[in-house]
Amino acid sequence: MKEIKISSESLTLYYGNKLALSNITLNIFKNKVTALIGPSGCGKSTFLRTLNRMNDLIPNVKITGNVFIDGINIYDNQIDVVNLRKKIGMVFQKSNPFAKSIYENVAYGPKINGIRDKKKLDEIVENALKQSAIWDEVKDRLNDSALGLSGGQQQRLCIARALAVNPEIILMDEPASALDPISTAKIEELIFQLKDSYTIVIVTHNMQQAARVSDYTAFFYLGELIEYGKTKKIFTNPDKKQTEDYITGRFG
Amino acid sequence: MEETENQNIKDSANSTDNEYGTHSFKDFQFKNDDEEIDENNKGTTFDLISLKKKFRLSEFLAEKIITSVAFLSIAIIILIFIFVFRETMPIFFNKADKKTNVENVNKPEEIKQERYVLEDTEKSEEVKPERYGEATDNYSFLEKGRETSLKSETAGHEGTISISNLLGMEWQPVSNNPRYGLLPLFLGTLKLTIIAILFAAPIAILAALFTSSFAPNWLREIIKPSIELLAGFPSVVIGFFALMVMASFFQDLFGYSTRLNAFVGGVAMSLAAIPIIYTVTEDALTAVPNTYKEASLALGASRWQTAFFVTLPAATPGVFAAILLGIGRVFGETMIALMATGNAAIVSANPFDSVRALSATIGAEMAEVVFGDTHYSVLFLIGSLLFLFTFFLNIIAEFYVRGKLVKRFQGAES
Amino acid sequence: MDKRKLIDTTVISITGLMALSIIVIILIIMIVIIIGGKNYLTWEFLTSSPQEGMTKGGIFPALYGTVLLVIIMSIAAVPFGTITAIYLSEYANPKSKIAKTIRFAVRTLSGVPAIIFGLFGLGFFIKFIGAGLDNSLYGGELKWGQPNILWASLTMSLLTLPVVIVSVEEAIRTVPIDMREASLALGATKWQTIRKVVIPGSLTGIMTGTILAVSRGAGEIAPILFTGAAYYLAHLPTSLSDQFMNLGYHIYIMSSQSANVDETLPIQFATTLILLVLTFSLNLLAILLRSRIRNKSVK
Repeated sequence: MKEIKISSESLTLYYGNKLALSNITLNIFKNKVTALIGPSGCGKSTFLRTLNRMNDLIPNVKITGNVFIDGINIYDNQIDVVNLRKKIGMVFQKSNPFAKSIYENVAYGPKINGIRDKKKLDEIVENALKQSAIWDEVKDRLNDSALGLSGGQQQRLCIARALAVNPEIILMDEPASALDPISTAKIEELIFQLKDSYTIVIVTHNMQQAARVSDYTAFFYLGELIEYGKTKKIFTNPDKKQTEDYITGRFG
Repeated sequence: MEETENQNIKDSANSTDNEYGTHSFKDFQFKNDDEEIDENNKGTTFDLISLKKKFRLSEFLAEKIITSVAFLSIAIIILIFIFVFRETMPIFFNKADKKTNVENVNKPEEIKQERYVLEDTEKSEEVKPERYGEATDNYSFLEKGRETSLKSETAGHEGTISISNLLGMEWQPVSNNPRYGLLPLFLGTLKLTIIAILFAAPIAILAALFTSSFAPNWLREIIKPSIELLAGFPSVVIGFFALMVMASFFQDLFGYSTRLNAFVGGVAMSLAAIPIIYTVTEDALTAVPNTYKEASLALGASRWQTAFFVTLPAATPGVFAAILLGIGRVFGETMIALMATGNAAIVSANPFDSVRALSATIGAEMAEVVFGDTHYSVLFLIGSLLFLFTFFLNIIAEFYVRGKLVKRFQGAES
Repeated sequence: MDKRKLIDTTVISITGLMALSIIVIILIIMIVIIIGGKNYLTWEFLTSSPQEGMTKGGIFPALYGTVLLVIIMSIAAVPFGTITAIYLSEYANPKSKIAKTIRFAVRTLSGVPAIIFGLFGLGFFIKFIGAGLDNSLYGGELKWGQPNILWASLTMSLLTLPVVIVSVEEAIRTVPIDMREASLALGATKWQTIRKVVIPGSLTGIMTGTILAVSRGAGEIAPILFTGAAYYLAHLPTSLSDQFMNLGYHIYIMSSQSANVDETLPIQFATTLILLVLTFSLNLLAILLRSRIRNKSVK
C-alpha cells in the first residue's frame, strides 16, 4: 500500500569543488513521514533542498543525477521551477515570517497564485491556520504583525503559510531545533496530524524526534546515504555499524 | 513483508528486490496498478502540463528593464567624457579664417607680470569689493557683461590656440588680445589646495585618532556624526561664512591689505575637506585589527604610542586615500572659491594675495560667454582637465590604496 | 611612570582638542548665521517676493524655485537610483565584471566635482538635447536649447544619483536572505519576491536616499550656475522651459556680486539661515532613519 512519491537516483551535488552529496538513491513514500538524520554537515539539509530545487539559488552548484516526483524528472530542462515550488511546501530551520501581518503571511502564497477573491482568501487562511493548530491563538489578531509572535507560534505560522498553497509534499528543515520543548511537542503533534494528507520529509538532528515522528528514516554521513528503512528497524536493529554507532551516540 | 520493505539501496543490485523497482516510476504512472488505492490519494498535481516551462512576460521585462537602467551610471560617465571634451574641440581642430595673432601675445620675458590689471574694456571678473562695505555699482555687471561679450563676439575669436598661449601666465580672455594662460588659474588652485590640506589634514587625522583610539564609545557616537553633519553644510553656506566673517576676522588678525585671498579661501576650503578626511581616516583606523593594538599595549606601550606608532602606520593606505580624496574635493570646489578668494588671476607666493581657481573661472565666466567662442571652449578645456584630474585621483585612491590595504590585513586574518 | 602618563594625557588631550575644535567651528558657523538671520525669519519673509532692489521683501520665489528643483530632480533620480540598486543587489552576480564596472561608475560619479556636472548640463542637455529638440520640433526657434529648470534639475539628478543608489542598496541588504528564500519556496518568481518582499522591506532606505539627495540638491549651486538659475525673475516658473530662482544662488549673487551688499546683509543672513536649516534638518532626519535601518538588521 505504499506508493513512491519522490525518488532520487544517483544524485550527486558539488558546491564548487566540495562534494556535498554522493550518489544518493532513495525512495520517499507518499503520505508518510520520512526523517533524514545524521551529524552536522552530512548533507541531509542539502538533500532536502534538492527536492524543491532550492539549491539552484546557490551559485557554483553542480548537480548530477535525477530526482523524480510522481515520475516526473524535476531537473529536466523543460520543468518550470517556479510552478514546481508551488506544489512543495518548505519550512525552514529558523522561522522566517514576512514582515507583514499574520493574515498577509498566510495569504501570500494564494495571492501569488492569482487568488484575489477576499472570501476565498479568508477561507484559505482560516483553513491553513487551523491545520497548523494556531488558529485559536491568532484568530483575533490576524492583522497584527507576524513578527510579534513567539518563536513557536512563528514556526507554526510558517507551516500554515506553506499549507495555504495546498502542496502535496512538505519539506521541513529542522523545524523545531530553535524551539522550546513545549513548542517542539506541538510541532511534532502537528506533523502527526498532517501526514495523512501530505508527504512529509523532515530533517532533524534530534534522533528521538525522528523516532517519535517518522515512518521511515534515512541516515546520512559525509554526503552519503548509509542506510534507509523503516524507522523502527533503523532504531532497534540497524544493518550498518555506522548507523548503530550514530544511534547509540558514539559519534555525532 | 517487513524485510522486503526495508530498502537499503546503497548498491543498486538491491533495486530488483525493491517491490517497485528503480524503473517503474520512469513510466508516467500515477499509482501502481498492483496496489490497493489509498483512500487519501488525492491524485497528483505533478504532471508535465502544469510543470512545463512557462514564459513569464513580466518577469522577462522586469529583468531587462532593470538591467538596462543599471547601465545608466556607466553611460553617464561615458557621456560626461564625450560631451565635456566635445566642447573643447574647436581649440584644437578649428581652422578659422579670422585667426588673430593670438600666439604672439605671449612674451616669455614678461612672465613677471603679476598683477591682473583692470583694463578699460570692462571685465566681469573682478567684481568683489576690496573692503567689505564699499558699495560698488556692480549689480549692473550682468548687463555690462552681456555687452562685453557681444563686443568680443564681433571681435570674434574662433580659432585654434597655441599651447604656448595656454601655458602662458596671463588669464585675460576678454580683451582685444585674449590670453588664455591657464597657469595662473592652476597655480591659484594649487595654492588653495595646499593651504586647505595643510589645515585640514592634521586636524582631521588627529581628530580621527582621538575618536578611534582614545575616546570612549559614547563620546565617539556623538563626535563622529557631528563631524559628518559638517559634510552636509552646503558649500555656498561655508563660502558665505568665509566671505562675511572669516575674511574680516583674519584681516584684523594679520593686518594684510587684500581682504579676500588664498589664505581665507584655503582655510574655508579646509572646512569642506575636514569631514571627508576625517571619515575615511576614522574608518581606516578602526579597521586595524584589535590584535595589533593589544599586542602593542601588552608590550608596555602607552596608548598614544600605540596609536601613533602602530595603529596609524598600519592604516597608512587609508589615510593616504583620505588625503587624496580631500585634495580631490578641494580641487574641484567652486562656490567657496568664487566667494572667498578674490578671484584675481595673480601669480604670487604670498598666501595673502588673491587667487583665482580653475573651478571658479568656469563658474564665474561661463554664464557670460558666447556659445562656440574660443573663450567658451577654453572654459570647457579647464573643465575637462579638472575632470581628468579628479578621475585619476579617484582611481589611484581606490585601486592602489585598496590593494595595499587588503594585502596588509590578509596576513593578520590568517 | 608619572612623566609617561603626563605625555600620554597631553597627546590624547591634543587630539581631543582637534576633534573639539571641529565641533566648535560647526557651532560657530551655525550660531553666527542664526544671530545674523533670525530677525528676518518671519512667515512674511518666506512668502513674499523681493522688493526694492532686493533690499526688502521676502525670498519666496527663491524658495519656490529650490523646492521645484528638488522635486523634479527626485522624480528623475530616485527611480533610476532605486532600480540600479535593485539590479546590483538582486540581479547581478557580485563577482561579475558588469557589477564591478557599475559600482566603479557610481563611485566615480560621486567624486566628480559639481561644476563638471554643470558643464555637462550645458554641453549635453542644453546644447545637444535642447538644441536638437528645437531643431526638430520648433524649426530652430530657441525654446529648449537654453538654461531652464528642466535641464538644471536633470543635471542635479546626475549628481545625486550615487547618493540614492548607496542608500537604497544598504537598505536592501538588510532584508534577510531567509525571507527571500521563504518567498521563493512558496513558488514566487524573482520579480514577485522583489516587489512583495524586498522593496517593502527597503522603503526606509529609499526614503533615506531621497532625503539625502534632496538635501544635496538644495545646497549644491555649482551645477546650476549656468544651467538655469537666475537672480531676479519677474514671475515664478510655470513651465519646464522657464528659468528659476534658487536659495543658494541668491546667497551667492547677493553677497558677492550685487550692488548693495550692505543693505541686503540681513536678507543674506536670513536666506543663508533658511538654507542651513533646510539642509541640516534633512541630513539629521536621514541620519536618524539610517540608524534605524542599521539597528533593524542587528536582530
